[in-house]
Amino acid sequence: MASMLDHSTGGQTVGYSFSQSAAAPVKQHGFYPYTDNGGSTLGITGSDFAILAGDTRSTSGYNINSRMVPKVFKIGGDEETGEGAHIILSVVGFAADGNALKERLDSVVKMYKYQHGKPMSVSACAQRLSTILYGKRFFPYYVTAILAGLDEEGKGALYSYDPVGSYEREQCRAAGAAASLIMPFLDNQVNFKNQYIPGSGEGHALQAKKAEPLPQDHVKQLVRDAFTSAVERHIEVGDHLQMLIATKDGIEEVFHPLKKD
Amino acid sequence: MPGFDFSNFNRNAALHARGVPLPKATSTGTTIVGCVYDNGVVIAADTRATSGPIVADKNCEKLHYIAPKIWCAGAGTAADTEFTTALISSNVELHSLSTGRDPRVITCMTMLKQHLFRYQGHIGAYLVVAGVDPTGVGLYTVHAHGSTDKLPYVTMGSGSLAAMSVFESMWQPDLDKEGAVTLCAEAIKAGIFNDLGSGSNVDVCVIEKDKPTNLMRNYEKPNERGLKERNYRFPRGTTAWLNQKIISKEDMKKYVTIETLSGDDNLAEKMEVDS
Repeated sequence: MASMLDHSTGGQTVGYSFSQSAAAPVKQHGFYPYTDNGGSTLGITGSDFAILAGDTRSTSGYNINSRMVPKVFKIGGDEETGEGAHIILSVVGFAADGNALKERLDSVVKMYKYQHGKPMSVSACAQRLSTILYGKRFFPYYVTAILAGLDEEGKGALYSYDPVGSYEREQCRAAGAAASLIMPFLDNQVNFKNQYIPGSGEGHALQAKKAEPLPQDHVKQLVRDAFTSAVERHIEVGDHLQMLIATKDGIEEVFHPLKKD
Repeated sequence: MPGFDFSNFNRNAALHARGVPLPKATSTGTTIVGCVYDNGVVIAADTRATSGPIVADKNCEKLHYIAPKIWCAGAGTAADTEFTTALISSNVELHSLSTGRDPRVITCMTMLKQHLFRYQGHIGAYLVVAGVDPTGVGLYTVHAHGSTDKLPYVTMGSGSLAAMSVFESMWQPDLDKEGAVTLCAEAIKAGIFNDLGSGSNVDVCVIEKDKPTNLMRNYEKPNERGLKERNYRFPRGTTAWLNQKIISKEDMKKYVTIETLSGDDNLAEKMEVDS
């Protein structure tokens, strides 16, 4: 902001003019290949599970394209049923890119199993997804992806990405349209940020509440509350909540209704 | 000095030219409708106010009073609809006092369009004006640039297409009061559910010949929030603090006058909050 208001730059004192430029402006044709399909996703891990959730509304502008377009996918399972999968992926942003990315990662995970005779680990898949995203560094997949499953020790694992492949393992992450509404809630309720143990000390000695893995039903309640609240305040979030839960027994899928206004 | 204050215009033009964006005004997305029937007119509106993709108010009032039997539904910039209707309401009352007659809907509509045309669309008010007067039933739309329409059923706002689809498939020329009210409510609901700029509840206002106007605030509430599954009350002492200072009432009285009020809940209107 300061630089915009800096009067000394370029020796100019006035940054605007009423005179029309003499030459007619050159007409440019434009094609913007991306659209924003709205919606939001969120992932939380526990000691022996990982949950990925997303709403199922697809929007463009003030219109609803569909009330049932899932954003969370099973990766590396059966073509129709998704059976046998142990990795889940959520994609939010531009839905066409999200689908293309899901298809690509799905075939990568399948090829890995055919060639190596063992399922791909979540950490290996996470690294591969980063490579895929960076491979389109100058024409990116316009999506925020979250990958989840169980790590080699059987603990919940969750990796979050930016559109060009920067990634990080985390306990929880919200993405998409309502990420700025949900993420502070998660910081407070999952990692107990800004929460201290009452009476544990005076002033700076007061002890911060330590984060520890939450039980599954608790996490599911947090996810549902996060989404019902996001629906209240964000116009692009609504219709249905889709939740995929990865445990040692496989992947469970549940749907909940959300408000449709 | 009456009218608008333009003293910040040059500064803002300079800022704008240097890439500082204008502050965002609330609510462009809305569904408002109106429909005449044999003995009066009905107008209705949704109750969502937005600022970009964020819901600014979940239960705002978009039906504005102009005169006892002339009401106005507003879409567009919230402040503009509020202030223009208030201004015209004021002038209409003075006009009626000066003429000694009941105000007419067409007078109101003319005052609105002349006001809006003067400002060349910069006052972003899109209105549905309705009422009954000595000449009969009136229903008009007024656009921000000053153009008007007179029709038996009208819709405006971002949800106008969704709402009009209901009117075009269900409207009939011989509607009674109940029929007009349900039709308007259905049209608003089409906007609420199919237009992202509209949402929450339905407000309806019925203006009938020889009867008092009936404003039905939250006539339908098809979008009640479900209960939260967890309790988010923090135990006392959760928030960190570094020091505290307690000032007694006696000490405060040195600087200000203190008047103790009764603990009556009805003293002030209670604020609407989520549980």
